[in-house]
Amino acid sequence: MPQLFPKKANTLPVLSLVGALLGGVLLVVLVWYYFSPEFTTVGYQPDQPVPYSHELHVDKLGMDCQYCHTNVANSKHANIPPTQTCMNCHNQIQTESPNLLKVRESWAEDESIQWTKVNHLPDYAHFSHAAHVDKGVGCETCHGRIDKMGAEGVYQAEPLSMGWCLECHRQPELYLRPDDQITAMGYTQPANFVERNLERIRDENIQPPTNCSACHY
Amino acid sequence: MAHKEESKSIPTDPSAQDPAHGDGDRLIKGNLSFHDITEMVSRHTEKKAPLAWYVAFATALSGTLLLLAMLAYQVWNGVGVWGNNQPVGWGWPIVNFVFWVGIGHAGTLISAILFLFRQHWRTSINRAAEAMTLFAVMCALIFPTFHVGRVWAIYWTLPIPNQMEMWPQFKSPLLWDVFAVSSYFLVSLVFWYVGLVPDLATLRDRASNFWRKRILGFFSLGWTGANRHWRNYEKAYLLLAGLATPLVLSVHSVVSFDFAVSVLPGWHTTIFPPYFVAGAIFSGFAMVVTLMVITREIYGLKNLITLDHLEKMNIIILVTGTIVGFAYITEFFMAWYSGVEYEQYAFLNRAFGPYAWAYWIMMTCNLVSPQLFWFKKLRRSIPVMFALSIVVNIGMWFERFVITITSLHRDFLPSSWGYFEPTWVDIGTFVGSFGLFFTLFLLFLRFVPMVAMSEVKGVMPQADPHYHEGGDGRPERDGDAPYIEPAPAAAVEARRQSNS
Repeated sequence: MPQLFPKKANTLPVLSLVGALLGGVLLVVLVWYYFSPEFTTVGYQPDQPVPYSHELHVDKLGMDCQYCHTNVANSKHANIPPTQTCMNCHNQIQTESPNLLKVRESWAEDESIQWTKVNHLPDYAHFSHAAHVDKGVGCETCHGRIDKMGAEGVYQAEPLSMGWCLECHRQPELYLRPDDQITAMGYTQPANFVERNLERIRDENIQPPTNCSACHY
Repeated sequence: MAHKEESKSIPTDPSAQDPAHGDGDRLIKGNLSFHDITEMVSRHTEKKAPLAWYVAFATALSGTLLLLAMLAYQVWNGVGVWGNNQPVGWGWPIVNFVFWVGIGHAGTLISAILFLFRQHWRTSINRAAEAMTLFAVMCALIFPTFHVGRVWAIYWTLPIPNQMEMWPQFKSPLLWDVFAVSSYFLVSLVFWYVGLVPDLATLRDRASNFWRKRILGFFSLGWTGANRHWRNYEKAYLLLAGLATPLVLSVHSVVSFDFAVSVLPGWHTTIFPPYFVAGAIFSGFAMVVTLMVITREIYGLKNLITLDHLEKMNIIILVTGTIVGFAYITEFFMAWYSGVEYEQYAFLNRAFGPYAWAYWIMMTCNLVSPQLFWFKKLRRSIPVMFALSIVVNIGMWFERFVITITSLHRDFLPSSWGYFEPTWVDIGTFVGSFGLFFTLFLLFLRFVPMVAMSEVKGVMPQADPHYHEGGDGRPERDGDAPYIEPAPAAAVEARRQSNS
């Protein structure tokens, strides 16, 4: 009986085996990177109703994060400030600025400004700002150089993925900073920072949990 | 018997054969030749299917559609559409999972363990039984897959590197299940396929259609029936049988760990692994009997799948059913002997509590009913074995129901007691899984040689190198001539020396 397939068909089994192996590895790598927040959400920079510039307020004017985000050290949420906070200064300064029109409208009509949330965690992940800020995690560690984000708005600087959270939860000594440097931007760790952090971790018994129900409850 | 006109040349029914040609204790009846076997099996994949097939396929396919609809409804709405709720967090999905995995076990036992034990009667039924295994495991896998709730995240059960830095919990028996069942499926699939290669080549050589030739040619991997092919094939088959054999025992042992490893009265018992394995083989053989009784009737395979084959399976059903019944009674003994009041309560509650009805259905179907097979007449009666095989599978479904539900429905605090009730989605999904199973099995009957032709030929008298016309494997000799024992080697040696 004549052969149905040409001789070169003999390479097909080997090729398909190698293809399946390489294809499998490639698929894992593609999903690993392209399905992760590092690819999908880092750099997310939505349009905001008011062209508020953190660069101007923090870097140029030297305001502290906690002047506006008042509850960060004692609440789950780092609150978005009410219009009242803006008007503390802006009823005196830049009262005619067109950029602040929405703020003045909000103030006059007693309606909140509808900011768009940038650093967004899924509903099934619980996160407390207070727990982190009070144990030495700086604002910058998760939110990036806020002091360099200008009028075009805040963008997401870090992936906020589970693996990213776990990096610090597994080795907090590489990330913590002293309490007086929490809100500092562009902070550089001194040479002995690991020993310093390990000492703090011992003293305050800091045990960042890595079990599922630490965040998913 | 829809094909009488085509089966004229080939005897299909042992009762219709010429009494002058006694079959004796042969496996294959009807004095069939090799070509008859090829014809009997191959033709069903080559011609139009019988009407019964179309009717059955339409029914099964609507069951499959029901399954898809139920699963879509469940994915859209969440696990809450099932009856599972506190205190019974594991309801029908787990019951159905264990039920289907159990059914699969007979196929691997027939194909691997009986192969290693040189049980030649396996050849007539192993192909269909292995196909049944694959389809039953597919049905089984549906249930835990959808039970996780977020089915799109099911790949989290596999150790795949990911940026969540999430890794499976290797201390969990549920994860062992993932590996046990998926490796079982893969090994069964490869084993089944390797066994199919020579038969697919037979179909290829018979094919006249261009595409049919090419497709079968692709799947028969260039098989020519050369001596070297057979040597490699038999080595591979033996190795795979060796690989599949421990899986028969390990898979259901691991499934039983889902229960036995948790500290819950009624589940936390060391008897579970062997008792689950026996139950799995019990239910699997019952399913093979159900399927084979119908298949041999519709497709005229009574000379290939004979009453002797069915009787042997019925004996296995009798043995494993009795083992399972013995395990049920041992559990009660252990509960009493342990002196643990919670354990005792769990078992008394099983037999006399709110689920007593389920318990006694289980006892009747699994322990009492197979005892009928002690009678040769009953175990060789087609109607009796067909009815009993179905009763056994009802009983085995209730076994898993009793184990899962009764241990959960009364929590340690009376305030957390409840009574499980399935929803219409539970029932629809389970009925639908039968639809999927039969759809796949009917497709198998339609497109794949349903009996392992090459293996059957290998156990026929003609395959014996010493076969002579009219002989049964022994050299032909004159009627009354005395049989001469071959001389022992020492005597030959002595004579050779005295001659020299």
